[in-house]
Amino acid sequence: MCAICGCSGEHDHHHDDGHDHEHEHVHADGTRHSHDGHDHHHEHARIVELETRILAKNDASAERNRAWFAERSILALNLVSAPGAGKTTLLERTIRDLKDELPISVLEGDQATALDGDRIRAAGAPAVQINTGTGCHLDADMVARGLAELQPAPRSLVLIENVGNLVCPALFDLGERAKAAILSVTEGDDKPLKYPHMFAAAQLMIVNKIDLLAHVDFNVDRAVAHARAVNPAIEVLWVSARSGKGLAGWYEWLRRAAGRTRDDRIAAGA
Amino acid sequence: MHELSITRNIVAIVGEAAAGRRVSRVTLDIGRLSGVMAEAIEFCFPIVAEGTALAGAALAVNLIDGRARCAECHAEFFADTLFTPCPCGSRHTTRLAGEELSVKTMELGETG
Repeated sequence: MCAICGCSGEHDHHHDDGHDHEHEHVHADGTRHSHDGHDHHHEHARIVELETRILAKNDASAERNRAWFAERSILALNLVSAPGAGKTTLLERTIRDLKDELPISVLEGDQATALDGDRIRAAGAPAVQINTGTGCHLDADMVARGLAELQPAPRSLVLIENVGNLVCPALFDLGERAKAAILSVTEGDDKPLKYPHMFAAAQLMIVNKIDLLAHVDFNVDRAVAHARAVNPAIEVLWVSARSGKGLAGWYEWLRRAAGRTRDDRIAAGA
Repeated sequence: MHELSITRNIVAIVGEAAAGRRVSRVTLDIGRLSGVMAEAIEFCFPIVAEGTALAGAALAVNLIDGRARCAECHAEFFADTLFTPCPCGSRHTTRLAGEELSVKTMELGETG
């Protein structure tokens, strides 16, 4: 009997037309084994059970990234938002305010141009620009290649700025400790319901551009209710990366997350 | 269009398992709450399969409905969104099905 799938190696499967055929299983770990059949009266297409998660390769690669970060006590965050929500501005400000306290480096994902990478470097942090070309999201292998070039220091903060897109990046684990979804008040308070996968996958929602609240129809209570309808456990922070309002709360969140990352490393016995 | 990279993953998984043999049919499970559109996969599949062991293979997609269980009244119910509350009103629910994204089977043999 196959220890993984429980099927009989002797093969006991019957067809209505009264003859058996061979079949083969390939398990998620790549183990392959066959159950040879008996005499064939006529040719059959062979059905092979695969039962493989489509994103298994990305997830395996993401787990390698996660272990790589853990060994170095590096806090890695995956920042996701629609284009124009203010991810890069939030990063620039965070780097300027925190870099003396917490070393920061950035993996910058965009379809094209090195503009954002240049902005991050000008703010004072090392950055590697990953252009995805026609791709609409970063995947775990792109991040692994980016990390090999970026070489972030142990006990530092790696901020991965994903491609501006609230759909595709939700599905691709990069090996981060948490996804932070950035929502700007100019986008509307119904975004979490319109893009539920992203807000369901995020641990933190950062509402940006709160300096514009007086000028837009954005209901703060509704925004939180919508985010919690999709993800009851999501944390919410209110900031303006431009004016600086609320950033102290974001920095405190980062300090606590960085502390937990180091504690986990100690608990793991290193 | 993450369906293009999803389709590339499908073709890679099946191509590797086929180990040089021709594949005539591939069956997928796609949950209706997985965030992946079956129609877009079906559109991408023949193009990505071109020139591989899967060229010309048929694609069958089992669409799987969302189901959840309520943590309060323990009812099992149909969920057509990620945030469908239980008919009893509770939002404390556990998803049971609908997020599947897997390659179930491949059929080996000549396509025809």
